Amino acid sequence: MKIGVLALQGAVREHVRMLEQAGAEVSLVKQREQLEGLDGLVIPGGESTTIAKLMHLYDLMEPIQEMGRRGIPLFGTCAGLIVLAARIEGTETPHLGLLDITVERNAFGRQRDSFEAELAIKGVAEDFEAVFIRAPLITETGSESEVLCEIDGRIVVVQQGHLLGASFHPELTEDGRLHSYFVEMVEAAHRTRIA
Amino acid sequence: MSRVNGFETGTDRVKRGMAEMQKGGVIMDVINAEQAKIAEEAGAVAVMALERVPSDIRAAGGVARMADPTIIEEVMKAVSIPVMAKARIGHYVEARLLEAMGVDYIDESEVLTPADDQYHIDKGTFTVPFVCGARDLGEALRRIGEGASMIRTKGEPGTGNIVEAVKHMRMMMSQLRQVQGMSRDELMAEAKNIGAPYELLLQIHETGKLPVVNFAAGGVATPADAALMMQLGSDGVFVGSGIFKSDNPDKFARSIVQATTHYEDYSLIAELSKGLGAPMKGLEISTLEPSARMQERGW
Repeated sequence: MKIGVLALQGAVREHVRMLEQAGAEVSLVKQREQLEGLDGLVIPGGESTTIAKLMHLYDLMEPIQEMGRRGIPLFGTCAGLIVLAARIEGTETPHLGLLDITVERNAFGRQRDSFEAELAIKGVAEDFEAVFIRAPLITETGSESEVLCEIDGRIVVVQQGHLLGASFHPELTEDGRLHSYFVEMVEAAHRTRIA
Repeated sequence: MSRVNGFETGTDRVKRGMAEMQKGGVIMDVINAEQAKIAEEAGAVAVMALERVPSDIRAAGGVARMADPTIIEEVMKAVSIPVMAKARIGHYVEARLLEAMGVDYIDESEVLTPADDQYHIDKGTFTVPFVCGARDLGEALRRIGEGASMIRTKGEPGTGNIVEAVKHMRMMMSQLRQVQGMSRDELMAEAKNIGAPYELLLQIHETGKLPVVNFAAGGVATPADAALMMQLGSDGVFVGSGIFKSDNPDKFARSIVQATTHYEDYSLIAELSKGLGAPMKGLEISTLEPSARMQERGW
């Protein structure tokens, strides 16, 4: 099972470590050709405006959208969630636009409002350590997307079939359960494709 | 650190994590909203809001202080990426003002005139994270011991000359390798020699790396400079005067962002370097009077 981590900017090595611990073979993606043969892709935390600009510059938007449409699992954390979202509050132009949700950027405030909390994530864990850094919120979900986690009634993890998004950073903790969940999604999608 | 509605803010993980999110990116000095927008549009991961860029601070002389809050607020309103700002070394009231204004990261910076010639700010008591300059491992670990969540090489700010940043980054990397290779019983003596907290040295002995992100700063003027610093082991790059003192700030900004991402792609960096126009003029380090060397500020 080969999973790529989009390595244009941000918390790349943290995701690599977590995915490897979950048993996946991991490769870095900075160029279009590096998407070939991937069974899944992680879009890491970082600065969403920077990551999205570089994705456009290196023609990565369209091939990743194509992967998403082919049923290849994609997982976005924080900035990666924003990149996956179909709608971003305050702007007309989404990035990948695959995940049928609306996100609000920096929804909790500025850096001084960044926080840690313990969360229950449906099907993953009852006590997940979540680190929120200038995090986005999911303000609206489409009919296909399932809410896996809320904090004070606000949505922070969703899954829509083979697409997974979290507004916090599981890659900054030692808690590998969300990454293991994603690796299982990748394995399941792989079995479906070869069947 | 404090708990707000059961959420814990200002933890080490949250403060250091913020810097982790900046990795592989470029942080640019800006002095107004217009420059901040150019930086954001070019793909900067954050901006540093200043009253003057380091080369102008150098030229102006006198005492350099925290920027006018009006400028910082103007920049904060103009962009959605994080905004950093500088406080004088040891000036914890300036730092508290920046924290109260909602600045995302404070640079306790040698670019400004130090306010305290003995003590740096007790940064662990703040909710907002700090970045500090360092010339070697001992200095980096003293700052981390005080609570810095991010380190940058000092280099020699406002010179457009990469030589000091290279020297500091090479020194840091070489010392990290040395500490990792030492036997455990050598560590306390090393802690004494380089003036570093023992516990942090022990941690580096085990992991082989700094516990926080380390960016390059102080002299980056071209895409190739940025790529060089990344190859030497930087996690990202600060560009101070290099962008808005060049002939074509927008083009320089975009090229430096790309060269930082693809720091090993030489044909791309060559392409990015074509027809950029003149970089900032720059200063030869040996022409600086000892009193004009900003890197000697702090300890």
